[in-house]
Amino acid sequence: MDRNKTHRNRRRLLKVLHFLGLFLVMAVICIPGLWIVLNSFRPTVEIMAKPPVWNPSFTLDHYRAMFGGAGEGGVPVFSYLWNSIVVSVVSTFVAILIGMSGGYAFARYRFKGKSGYFVGLMLFRAVPGVALSLPLFIVFARLGIIDTHFGLILAYVAMNVPFTIWLTDGFFRQIPKELHEAAEIDGCTRWQAFWRVEFPVARSGIASAAIFAFLTSWNEFALASQLTRSVGSKTMPVGLLDFTAEFTINWGGMCALAVLMILPALILTFIVQKHLIAGLTFGGVKG
Amino acid sequence: MRRRLPEWFLLLLPAIIIIAAVVLIPLIFSLYSSFTPYKLTRPSTLWKWIGFRNYERILEDWKFWAAFGRTVLVLTIALNLEMLLGLGIALLVNKVTWGQRTLRTILMFPMMFSPILVGFQFKFIFNDNVGLVNNVLQSTGLSDAALPWLVDGKLALFSILFAEIWMSTSVFAILILAGLFAMPRDPLEAAKVDGCTPWQSFRHITLPFLMPFIFIAMTIRSLDVARAYDIVQIMTGGGPARRTELIWTLMARTGYVDAKMGLANAMGYVSILLSIAFTVYFFKKLSAARAQLGMTG
Repeated sequence: MDRNKTHRNRRRLLKVLHFLGLFLVMAVICIPGLWIVLNSFRPTVEIMAKPPVWNPSFTLDHYRAMFGGAGEGGVPVFSYLWNSIVVSVVSTFVAILIGMSGGYAFARYRFKGKSGYFVGLMLFRAVPGVALSLPLFIVFARLGIIDTHFGLILAYVAMNVPFTIWLTDGFFRQIPKELHEAAEIDGCTRWQAFWRVEFPVARSGIASAAIFAFLTSWNEFALASQLTRSVGSKTMPVGLLDFTAEFTINWGGMCALAVLMILPALILTFIVQKHLIAGLTFGGVKG
Repeated sequence: MRRRLPEWFLLLLPAIIIIAAVVLIPLIFSLYSSFTPYKLTRPSTLWKWIGFRNYERILEDWKFWAAFGRTVLVLTIALNLEMLLGLGIALLVNKVTWGQRTLRTILMFPMMFSPILVGFQFKFIFNDNVGLVNNVLQSTGLSDAALPWLVDGKLALFSILFAEIWMSTSVFAILILAGLFAMPRDPLEAAKVDGCTPWQSFRHITLPFLMPFIFIAMTIRSLDVARAYDIVQIMTGGGPARRTELIWTLMARTGYVDAKMGLANAMGYVSILLSIAFTVYFFKKLSAARAQLGMTG
């Protein structure tokens, strides 16, 4: 009897601890992000108030100022948003095309020094952005493509290709070879077999690779901060710095831009989150 | 007659060309310039060869060694804690009986944040005047004075580590969770029948199965360790008085603020070697773990 009771109590205690631990973890993950969202709706006076004000009031001032353009500091948000979209979308598209053909080569052909090539490509991804930005800045300045969309797109494509190859390689490997062999017997060329048979099967994997490439370009700062100078090419991560002056930071405005920056990434990721996890694990484990 | 290039090479060619053009050639250029006293303000200095003097200067510079040591220390602490926390979170979520998908979605949240955004976010939260942490501490009476989170050297390092771990733990948690989902149930039940304690079956069955997943997460992370630059640059800029200086912030300052490109490129090469060492190490571990589980091919 007594033993049963202590056993049951212990079980209950473990359950409570489990729940508490989970709650704590989720709180730590969520609060910083929610704090940013909340503060983008609070007036600056309240953010700066000392002692702190705990029941928040609601205002759209920061958003109005941001989209009005003429507001505090006049940060040209629309230009930044446009630059970010153009650079991320184009570089993702090109990186996927190039990465797909590379991944296909690794998955379907046997050749000498294959793993050497593979690790070599990965090592280029490991070069820190800051270290690369120094020479890239000089080279791009000589070529006159600094402060242009083209220069930034070029840099991001090169940055994203290795990881795209890794992911697509893993996905193409999962597709049985018999599939395209059968298509070829039926009279398709290898090219047709790829587009009609293998590409549709691997589509979800390619989608997940695209999301990763997009997120990397969308969020990149170290290269963008050196390769862009003016409103014509600055992306949103660089634009965030516009809210900092020498000694003060416009926290509310910054939070509003942060919300604008995180929203597209959030939506995209929710749409494809299942593929995202599959992409990461299959690319690595079975690759 | 011209020999035709093999098909696999043609397929790889675009990738090779773009990486050669955008990464390899600049890197060769920076290798060359690391042997010159190149200054952005005086272009003619690019043609003066000074041999290994930049590297000698780095090796003799205690500020560089302090930054280097701190970088390795921060990375070691961060990667280990991220792995342990990720494992813990994955185990917690795996035990949950309902709402698992929602929890997993929440876990992915920090992955979408730009490192620079994470930096700003925690600069805001740890701000000594208007930050959330100090406001809570003072309102609840836990601390009378405002704690100088980003001004005191040790606290600043802690804040940076917190931001870094907040950002990157989810990669580990999600991959380890995927591993737990993929795990076969039979061995665990057999172990239970044979009288293994929960700890024993975790140590000898679950953990070995999870190892490849942990190493994938490590490899993905190690490709991107330099992301910490964005965070540090925003939160403290290497300050106060260089107490949070990492090799990347030191390099950026030497190159762009002091305009000493030659010297900065020499530092860049040290940092590249550091990143490559991390990546190669985890790649090796990954293929060893894969081979052990028979996952090759």
